[in-house]
This record gives sequence, C-alpha cells and structure tokens, in this order.
Amino acid sequence: MIHSLFLINSSGDIFLEKHWKSVVSRSVCDYFFEAQERATEAENVPPVIPTPHHYLLSVYRHKIFFVAVIQTEVPPLFVIEFLHRVVDTFQDYFGVCSEVVIKDNVVVVYEVLEEMLDNGFPLATESNILKELIKPPTILRTVVNTITGSTNVGDQLPTGQLSVVPWRRTGVKYTNNEAYFDVIEEIDAIIDKSGSTITAEIQGVIDACVKLTGMPDLTLSFMNPRLLDDVSFHPCVRFKRWESERILSFIPPDGNFRLLSYHVSAQNLVAIPVYVKHNISFRDSSSLGRFEITVGPKQTMGKTVEGVMVTSQMPKGVLNMSLTPSQGMHTFDPVTKLLSWDVGKINPQKLPSLKGTMSLQAGASKPDENPTINLQFKIQQLAISGLKVNRLDMYGEKYKPFKGIKYMTKAGKFQVRT
Amino acid sequence: MSASSLGYNEQGGEATELGQEAAPTTAPSAPAAFGLFSSDTKKSEDLKEMLESSKDSAKLDAMKRIVGMIAKGKNASELFPAVVKNVASKNIEIKKLVYVYLMRYAEEQQDVALLSISTFQRALKDPNQLIRASALRVLSSIRVPIIVPIMMLAIKEASADLSPYVRKNAAHAIQKLYSLDPEQKEMLIEVIEKLLKDKSTLVAGSVVMAFEEVCPDRIDLIHKNYRKLCNLLVDVEEWGQVVIIHMLTRYARTQFVSPWKEGDVLEEFNEKDFYETDEEQKEKDQKVKKPYAMDPDHRLLIRNTKPLLQSRNAAVVMAVAQLYWHLAPKSEAGIVSKSLVRLLRSNREVQYIVLQNIATMSIQRKGMFEPYLKSFYVRSTDPTMIKTSKLEILTNLANEANISTLLREFQTYVKSQDKQFAAATIQAIGRCATNISEVTDTCLNGLVCLLSNRDEIVVAESVVVIKKLLQTQPAHHSEIIKHMGKLLDTITVPVARASILWLIGEYCERVPKIAPDVLRKMAQSFTSEDDLVKLQILNLGAKLYLTNSKQTKLLTQYILNLGKYDQSYDIRDRTRFIRQLIVPNEKSGALSKYAKKIFLAQKPAPLLESPFKDRDRFQLGTLSHTLNTKATGYLELSNWPEEAPDPSVRNVEVIELGKEQLVTLGKVKKEKSTEKFYSESEEEESASTTDTESESTSESEKEKNGKEESSSMENTESSSSEELSESESDSKESTAKKRFKTIEESDSDNMEKKKKVISKKNKSFDSSDAESSSTEETSSDSKSESDSESDTESKKPKIAAATKRKEMAVQEKKAPTKQEVSLLDLDDFNPVSTPVAVPTPAILSPSLVADLEGLSVSKSSVIDVSTPVFVPMKTHELLHRMSGKGLAAHYHFSRQPCIYGDQMVSVQVTLTNTTDQKLENIHIGEKKLPTGMKMHVFNPIEFLEPEESITVSMGIDFCDSTQTASFQLCTKEDHFSVNIQPPVGELLLPVTMAEKDFKTEQGMLTGMNETSATITVAPQNSTRLVILEKVVKAANLGLVPSGQDNIHRFAAKTVHSGSLMLVTVELKEGSTAQLIINTEKTVIGSILLRELKPVLSQG
Repeated sequence: MIHSLFLINSSGDIFLEKHWKSVVSRSVCDYFFEAQERATEAENVPPVIPTPHHYLLSVYRHKIFFVAVIQTEVPPLFVIEFLHRVVDTFQDYFGVCSEVVIKDNVVVVYEVLEEMLDNGFPLATESNILKELIKPPTILRTVVNTITGSTNVGDQLPTGQLSVVPWRRTGVKYTNNEAYFDVIEEIDAIIDKSGSTITAEIQGVIDACVKLTGMPDLTLSFMNPRLLDDVSFHPCVRFKRWESERILSFIPPDGNFRLLSYHVSAQNLVAIPVYVKHNISFRDSSSLGRFEITVGPKQTMGKTVEGVMVTSQMPKGVLNMSLTPSQGMHTFDPVTKLLSWDVGKINPQKLPSLKGTMSLQAGASKPDENPTINLQFKIQQLAISGLKVNRLDMYGEKYKPFKGIKYMTKAGKFQVRT
Repeated sequence: MSASSLGYNEQGGEATELGQEAAPTTAPSAPAAFGLFSSDTKKSEDLKEMLESSKDSAKLDAMKRIVGMIAKGKNASELFPAVVKNVASKNIEIKKLVYVYLMRYAEEQQDVALLSISTFQRALKDPNQLIRASALRVLSSIRVPIIVPIMMLAIKEASADLSPYVRKNAAHAIQKLYSLDPEQKEMLIEVIEKLLKDKSTLVAGSVVMAFEEVCPDRIDLIHKNYRKLCNLLVDVEEWGQVVIIHMLTRYARTQFVSPWKEGDVLEEFNEKDFYETDEEQKEKDQKVKKPYAMDPDHRLLIRNTKPLLQSRNAAVVMAVAQLYWHLAPKSEAGIVSKSLVRLLRSNREVQYIVLQNIATMSIQRKGMFEPYLKSFYVRSTDPTMIKTSKLEILTNLANEANISTLLREFQTYVKSQDKQFAAATIQAIGRCATNISEVTDTCLNGLVCLLSNRDEIVVAESVVVIKKLLQTQPAHHSEIIKHMGKLLDTITVPVARASILWLIGEYCERVPKIAPDVLRKMAQSFTSEDDLVKLQILNLGAKLYLTNSKQTKLLTQYILNLGKYDQSYDIRDRTRFIRQLIVPNEKSGALSKYAKKIFLAQKPAPLLESPFKDRDRFQLGTLSHTLNTKATGYLELSNWPEEAPDPSVRNVEVIELGKEQLVTLGKVKKEKSTEKFYSESEEEESASTTDTESESTSESEKEKNGKEESSSMENTESSSSEELSESESDSKESTAKKRFKTIEESDSDNMEKKKKVISKKNKSFDSSDAESSSTEETSSDSKSESDSESDTESKKPKIAAATKRKEMAVQEKKAPTKQEVSLLDLDDFNPVSTPVAVPTPAILSPSLVADLEGLSVSKSSVIDVSTPVFVPMKTHELLHRMSGKGLAAHYHFSRQPCIYGDQMVSVQVTLTNTTDQKLENIHIGEKKLPTGMKMHVFNPIEFLEPEESITVSMGIDFCDSTQTASFQLCTKEDHFSVNIQPPVGELLLPVTMAEKDFKTEQGMLTGMNETSATITVAPQNSTRLVILEKVVKAANLGLVPSGQDNIHRFAAKTVHSGSLMLVTVELKEGSTAQLIINTEKTVIGSILLRELKPVLSQG
C-alpha cells in the first residue's frame, strides 16, 4: 500500500523521509513540485498526482505537505485518511505539528511511524495504543532517560491491542476522576446580499476529555436526540444501542477524543445569531469607494456574541483603505488585499461598525464583484441547535466521577455575500 | 543509578518500568532537548566508536543520530557492520532503532545482513508475543532473497501462533514475501487459506489485504468465509474494514444476480425513467421470467455494512457507499448520500475525492443528491478544485424545478474573483441550457450579457459556450451572431476569436453583409493571428468563396497565398487542401463539385457533457476512478452474472458436516469437534440473521429456508446419539427455534405451509431452554438489541451451558465461543481468545441491566414485562426413577414468557434414562386437566440413550390457580401418571414500573383487593439485598424502585389474566414488618401472602 512518506515544508525542502518497502528515490517528489508550481497556491495542489511509476497522494496541514508514495491501486481516501491520522498523532504527541518539532523529535517520529504502518498497511493508529508502545517525550522523561538510560519504548504489547476495547489503555489510574464533554456547534451559512439565508447547516461535535480510573462504562443521553440528523461515532460507541434507544453507551478511551460528530440538516431552520449590514460601493468614475459595515446580534437566545472577527478579501483594484472602527482593531494588507477587523464582543446597545473609504487604482475600471465577508464568532453556553445532554451515568466502577458539560456555538464557514 | 557497566542491562529494564509508570501522570509538552541535528557534523568514525562502546547510552545516542540521518535521506550505509552488531542488544530502544536501520539498508548489504538472521530466529520463539511479532516483522522486511525459505517457515509457524497479534503480523509478512519472491505464491496461498479461517477480528483485515495482493482471483477461498467476514466486519479495525468491503464488493458481483431487475422495477415503477441507464435497458430486454429474490447472503452483506456509514473514518464511509452503489437495489442506495454529504465537512483532500465520487453518482441517479443541493453551494474560500467539483455536481443536479435557483446562484459565481472558476461556471450554464430546454433562451441571454463583461476570460468562455448553443438553434439568433462579429475588434483570446469566425462562416448566409467585412479585417491581421484562428480564417474564406464568390474571391485568394507561406505545417497543409477543393482548375476532378456540400454540410450540434460521464467504468472510490485512468493493479468489477452461481458453496460446512457425521460416527476426534463447533455456530448466526429479515425477503425464500431447515434437522436426529453431534444438534436446535420465532411473526397465511416444519422442530426446543436461568445475565444484556437479535443471542450461551454439563472435554474450547457470542452482541467488542485481562461480559452486564432499569423508569407510564431477577433454579420431581422403571423426570419453572401461548407458564422437563437400554418414543399420553386448563405438550422423543438426559419444554395454562395438572408420561412400553402443581409464585411474570405508577396502581387496588399481615422478621433478613433475594426466590416478582429505604416494592402480573400483583414489604421498628399484597385475584393474593410470610420470618 503506502510505499514511502515524504514531508515537505513550504519552501519545498524534503525534511523527512520514511520508507516501508524498498527505497523510493526522493526524486519522485519532482513531480509533486511541478504540480505545486502549476497550482500557485498550496491549497490548490491536487491531492492525487500520477507519475509514470508511482502515484503521489498528499495532504497539506500545518504548512507541511505529507506526500505518500504508492505504487498500485488503493482507495485514495484510505491513504488520505491515514495521513491525516498521522498528523493528528503528531499533534497529540508533541502538542503542535510543525517542521521544527518534527525535526527535534525525529527519533520518536520515526518510531511512531514504524508502529503505525507495517509494509504500508496500517498497524496501530489508535493513540492510546501508540502511547503505550512509544511514550511521548516530556521534559521530565527526557531528564530521567538521560540519567538512567531508560527508554521511551515499551517492551510489552499494549493489552489494548488485543482486548475487546482496543482504544483504551489498561490499568488507568487517577486520583481525581473527571469526565468533561464539550458540545461544540459550528454554523455554516451563506447569507445573501439582501440578508436572507441561502443555506445554513449546523455541524456539531462532542469532544470529550475523560480521565477515569479503571474500565468505566458510560452512558450519555440527550433530551432531544431526534435533532441529530446524521452522526458519526468514535469506534467505542455501541451503535446498536444508539439505533434502538438513541443513547450513547461506550467505554471511553483515556484522555482526549472526539466522541461524536453530527449534522443538523439544512432542512431544519437554523437560527442565525448575527447579521451584517453592509454598504460597499465602487463608482466607475471616481477612484474612491465607500465602505461601511455594521455587525449586530440576531437570534442569540439572550447570550452574548463574542470573539467576533470579520475578514474580507478585497478586489485586486483596491489600493488602500482608510477606515475607522467604532470598536476593535482593523488591518488591511495592501499586498494580499485582505481586510480583517477584530471586533470582540457585540454590545447590543452600541453596535460595532467600520466605516471609511477605499482608494482604487486610478484609471482601472471598477471591480465587478463586491467582496465576500467572512465572519467568525463564538457564543458560550449555547448549542444553537438546541441539543441538550440529559444525563451522564457511569457503570462498572465504584467511585463517583466529576462530570462537566460545556456548550459552545461558533461560526464555521459563515459567509455574507455583498 | 550507581550501576557498573556490567550490571547495567538489568537495571535498564527496571528503569523502563519506572518510565512507564510515570507516563500517565505527565502530559506531553515541549520537545526533547536532544539536538539531534546538530550532530550531523560528527564524523561517522565517531558514531562507529560510540556503537562499539560498552555503554548503552552511547550506543543509543549513536543510533538516534543514525536514524536522524536516515530520516534526512543521508546515506548511513557504511555503518552497517557496526550497527548490525547491536541487533541482539538487551536495551529495547536500541534494538528497535537497529531494526529501523536494518529495514532501510539490509537490501543494499545482504551479506552482512545475514549475520542478524539468527537473532530473529531466536526471537521468533520468545514467550513475549510482542517480541515474536516484531521479530517476524523485521525478518520479513529484510529484503534479502537468500532467506526466503526461512521467511516461509517463519510465516507458516506464525500463522498457527496462539497470539492473534502474531498471526496478524504473519498476514503482513505474506505480502512482503510475495513481493520478494513471487515463486512462493502457491505456498503462500495455502497460508492465506488457513488465515482466512481465523476468527480474530485482528487478523481479518490483514489477511484479506494479503489475499488482494497475492491471489485476488481466487474467490473460491472466500466462499466459506464469506458469512464470517460479513459478521465480523463491524468489529474489525477501520483499515481492515475498507479492504474487506472492497474485496466483498468484487466478490458479490461475481456471486449474486443483479438486484436491479424486476424486483426493483416493481418497487420503483414511478421512478424508473429517472434512474434508468442504457445498461439497464439492455438488461430488461432479456427479461427473466421468474421474480427476483435477493440471495440472503447478498442481503447479509448489505445489511451488515450499513452501520459502518456512521464510521468516523472517511475511507470506511466511502467504501460502504461504493458497496451500496454497486450492489444494493437502487431504492436502497439512497441512504449513503447523507453520509457522503457529511464527509464534505472534512479536510480539503477528503472533500476532493468525495466530490468526485458524488459527481459520478449524480450523473446516473440525480435523485440521490437532490435533497442536498444546497450543501454543494460554493463558498468563496473553497480551493478552486473543490469549487469546480461542486459546480459539476450542481450542474448534474439541475432540473426544471431547481434551475431558476441554480442560475441565480451561478450568477454570483460568474462574478467570482477566481476567474478559472468563473469560466467553469459559464460552461456549466451552457450545459444547463442544453439539457433543460425551458431555460435555453434565458441562459443564452445571460451569456450574451456576459459578452460585455470586462474580463476577457469570461467573455471568451461565453463566446465558446454561445457558439455551442447557437449550433442547436441558429435560426433565431442572427442578431447575436452580428453582435459577436463586432466583438472581434476587441477580444484577443484565440479560442474565442476562432469560435466567432467559425460561427460567421457557418451561418454566413444569415449575415451576408457582415461576413465579407469580417474576412477583410481578418485578412489584414492574418499574419499576427494564432494558428487556431488562422485555420478558422481559412475556413471562413473557403465558405464565403463558395457562397458569395463575387465579393470575396480576391480576398480568399489573398489569404490562401498568405497561408501557403505560413510557418506552420498545418496551415500550409490546410491551405493546399482548400485551394484544390474550391478553386476550379483542370486537375481538380469530381471533388470540387462537391465542395459546397463538404464545407456547408449540416453539422450536428455538440453535446455538452459532464467530464465525469465516462468515469462510471471504474469502481467508485478507487484510485483509478479519481484519475480516470486505469491504475496499476486495478481489479475490474465484473458484471452481474446472468445466473447466480451455486449459493451453497458458502454454506459448505453444514452439508459436509452431515456427511462426515455419518462416516465418522462414533469415533470423532476432539480436535475436529471443536472446529466444527465454531463453524457451526457461525453458520447458524448468519443464517439466523438472514432469516429475521422478514420484511425484505420474499415469502418463497422463507419457505425454502424452512425446507432446508427441516432437512438439516433430520440430519441431526440421525446422529444425535454421539458426543460430537450433541453439541452440534444443540446449536441447530437453537437455530430451529429462532426460525420458528420468525415464522411465528410472519403473517398467518404462511402458517399453513409451515405447520409440518414446525411440528418437526418443536421437539427440539427443550434442551436449549434447560439452562436458561443460568444465563439470565447474558440475555438481559442483549435486551438492548432488537428483538430478533436478542432472541438469537440469548439462546447461544444457553447451548454452551447445556453442553458444558455433558461434555467436559469440549468445555474449554467452548468458553471463548460463549464469550464471542455475548460480546458480539454488545456490538463493538472483538472476540478474543487470548489470556489477556479482558473485561468479561459479567462486568458489563449489570451496568447495562441497571441502565435499562433506569430507562424504563424514565419512561414511567409504561408497564413492561421485564426479565426475571436471577434466582437459583429449583427443581421438582415429576417422576422418580424407581417408579418410572428407570425413566426419571424432573421439572422446573423457567420463569420465561412461554413461547407457546401468552397465558401459559413455561415448564422445563428434564428426562433422564437411568436404565441400560434405550427408551423409545417418550411422549405425553392422556391428560386429566381441570376445566379451563390447557397444556402444550412436547414433541415425542424418538429415543433416549442409556445415561442420557434431555430437557424439553412445555407450556401449561394454569388459569391462575394452583390446581394440579395431571397427565401421563408414556414410553413405548409403559405409561406413568404424573402431576405438576405450581407454587403460586410461579404463576406470575415480573413487570417493571416506576414507583409513582406503583403507588397509583396500589391506590386503585384497596379495600377487599388488599391483604396484609404483620410478621416478625428474622434479624438477618432485614437488609435490602436479603429481602430481595428471598422474595424473588419464592415468587417470580419484579423489583420496583423505591424511594424509602425501609419499603421494598415488587410487582408482577398473573400469567393467565394479566392482573397486577403488587407486593409491599415495609420494615417497621422492632423487627416487625408489614407485608401488603394488592391484587384483583384475591385468592392468589392470599395464598401468596401465606407463602411469603414464612420466607421472611424464618432465618
């Protein structure tokens, strides 16, 4: 399956290579560089590139290209999903996934990659298991290791690998037993010029941080499970239980994991918590354009909208902008033509606005499209879909865990056309 | 550490453990302080020295640096001998790094690499499975041809290893060996065949991968494992799932007939036009007369993959989607669209692949994605490739109903700053215009407006699209052509200019005034034009020469002269050709007469088609599909066979089993028996699952099943005397039972036909029910599953339990099976048979039970019959062996709802033959029942071997009274009168209800419906648990949650009339207690009260 993996940084250097079968010369990446050049932007590099003898499948994350080399037919999503899993694992191990960190921890990276694939076929991808096989580096352990000469490598097969719950470590112990669940919903929406909603969907996830001793068996029930239109589960969730009772029953992995992601369909009406009033106009004759936007709360269920951030890609013809915000900071990059305005909290009494003029290239005709406004915001303690967790119960262990549930609504891909 | 270097290794081991313990408490933080890359300057000499040092830390340091070099792609091969020496190091990290090095360089330094082989051979025998596995991994990764025989041997050995993890690695090693030496294929196939039979979910994915790589054409190896793979699928790790699903898709296409024929046509008659493709049309032409019935195995695959649509892994979801696309009836394929749309939220790369697949799907079956139209709307922040794919899908989905919204959306896209995307949008508008005739004019007008756009790319694209559109209906649009003629002055994009020129040439008769003028202008600029444009100028000239030679003769000749000396071959060629054709001279023969016909022939309008049109020749979700070319190693998806190959190849076991039994009667080895047991239980599992699918399987099929069943039953009976078949027959009986249930559920019309079958089966119920009480826990466990399944699952442990008693030897082997069954039913557990600390179902189940109780509490108003609380079984004697002339009979109450009738109490009778002769034809003779009482007897038992016992079940309707049921138990020679008198506690079925409901019910049953007594409670009886145990032991009552500690409530209903029976035990001060019973059936109430009193007061 996966022959080799090359890690390429944004300046086009291959800074790590790993081969699982016979060695593939790194010159194969030339085809990749060619495609990269053609694509101009990193985002546009095609994920699948055929070369005469190999196929290059790549993902682009954290400004690094992870390029997998394969030789024969394989479902492309298989490789892509795996590469994403590699990135996730690195992030899990080192906190961040960057070129510097990977270079610093090259030995651990190598050991992890060795365990993740055998002959190009995924072997252990569950982070709980990997962490038992190869301990993540910490300052403390590094010091201990240098003094005692001990290693990061476990010498026993993690029992999880063979047990009925391969995602959970065995022998977990905590003094404080706690289980936190974050219900995070993102609104994806496209808002029309006139302010009407063209499409809006809610994508939600439940991220969990479970630190419980032993083998706890948890059940999580919702007040209104019918809301969830389409769900995908962490493998630990018992699917049949969900099918029949709409209850999440699972033995959790240890630590952080994504329990569930769900989708509330476009068919349902989605409450849009903010609105944007805009007046952006270019005139043909003059080299000045008017720019004015106001952001206000709409259906917020009485909660404060915070962390508001407005970004907009201005047309090429705009040379500069002179704007005054009523609150927050704004910047305009004349090279990339990116305007961003960090609004902060919305005060319903005094709506934040950004007003001013744009100076356009003299003589050039007016741009034919007004810029699209991208919006980010956060609302704490609210799941916009109305989803509510009913209760969380634990079985199989005696102690009483500390339980916590947090709700949050965020803007996903929230665009306002002008 | 004060260790000398000698004792260091042992110490190192301890330290490792220390490190492990510290692990969970520390969080990952800043990267390690080792500056590995600074060491690059060090000479390899230094490294060699370090490697040869006696200190592990130095060696480790050196190895880390070397790995750093490898990672950077630097050559470290010269250190090979020094590194290999450390292969036997005791320090596990050094060892691992040496392995990494070996795998990288062994191929280049084969001779030295051989030195390390013996180390691995030794490690292959290590007691630690991790070490065995990694030794095999490294050994097989060293690509040195000389060791092929050693590898082969190691693989063979590992494939029989006890640890599934080692077997998994063996499966991986197969592929490695195959790529190293394809000669070994035959031997490797044998190993694959063996591993395919493996029951571990850990192995399944890897071995199927090996199968796909080594011998994808040997589908005969899959037959026997097909059902097992289908059933294990949910529990296999995600990567294995993808591989298995793809393989099963190919398999199914060779084994089953197309579900897209009549059966479907009937179902979706209305949608037919919509979905139909040419291919299907063909299929329909060769209609087969008999109605389509889906093979149960086909159905099994489709059903078992469905839950995987909920996987978090995009590759799994895609794999299931393609399976549904290629295998499922068209009406069912729709369920995948929702999940695919969900994937669109994922990363850019995933989106890209998924969108491509949706594009292909949406061409053939628009309906699938129409509801999700808005999910494909483009955002300005999407990368271009995502935008164009979305656009493609939107275009495919366009129809009369949504076109107006779509066109409005397209208007926004045309203005996009991403010009490449804007151009693609114009193409899309063109396609919509040709496909949907209603909007052709609107689109054309819109496109004409775009001609005045400021952006040249947009204009050029519009011109090209307009050209194509005009070809379909040129008559009305001479105005547009004129307008475009004017554009020639401004537009510079060659394709657009060429398009305009072609248009004017083609329709020059409609614009007679402009055409010559255009030609004049073009003649002027001819030399500076692009080749594409030049060719069109020549064309235009030729056409005008033929239609309007008076005005354009000279101009054309001028152009032809220019063309004659052009730099391009093509243009010189074309010039020569045109000159010969149109300018009459002596040499040009007959051809020039036809010049007009050649140039001005009616040309068919181009079809604007999706670029994804031809992608459906590839299996969805494959690399080939993404690239639209055949990738190396792509395996074609075969067409459905006309006639389904023999479906029995998949259930070989059953048939062979019957045969073998006859042959090996009486002298079967234990080994064999265990093997059989496994395959049997699986077989049956799959069978039962297929059976329960009553809505979708046709009646005829059910009937078939019934027949099959009866034949297999006979099989069993013929050999039921001997040990091995004992266990088998048991499991079959349970199958029979399950079938029976299904049949019962199905409509009554069917009943007539099945009576025969049923009656045959009835007698086999007994044994499987015998031990029911001991497996209470498991059955309550499975309550969470759907009915049919809980039925299936709960029965199996019973079988295991029943057989256990009789067959101690087989017991050991059965235990894992038992586990497998109960775990499978929890859905996300893998069956594992290793001595690892696994949470047994016993740990889980109480929580689930409690959980379930909690659930019914929250649903408060419902009163459900619940599973009885577990109590030790109490047997009563029915017939003593002395009075029964060697036939002994015992009975007990199973406390399960009776399967023969709602009003019956189910009674399990265990018959034992204590004589030394066969007892034949045991049955129930004359019944002497009080009026109203009914009895469902067990089927006659043909014979009972000496020292054998059999448990049968029967149902008795006691009419809620404690009257005795008397009947005769007959053998061939004798008959004995026996009677059963039920304790009042057995005339009840436990129910669950909320405390609140209990109180309301109790409130309605006061006055004469209430009986109560005050009793003295023995001190040891005053705890909750003891009371619970004692009461439930005496009567089949269900526990009702109680808010007060001193009050205990129980509820049940009578079996016959279903009246409620509420029992309250209220502990008072001074070791007295109030016992209250509320029920309409006052007689039973008072008897129960009398029975309960001593229970609580006695010690």
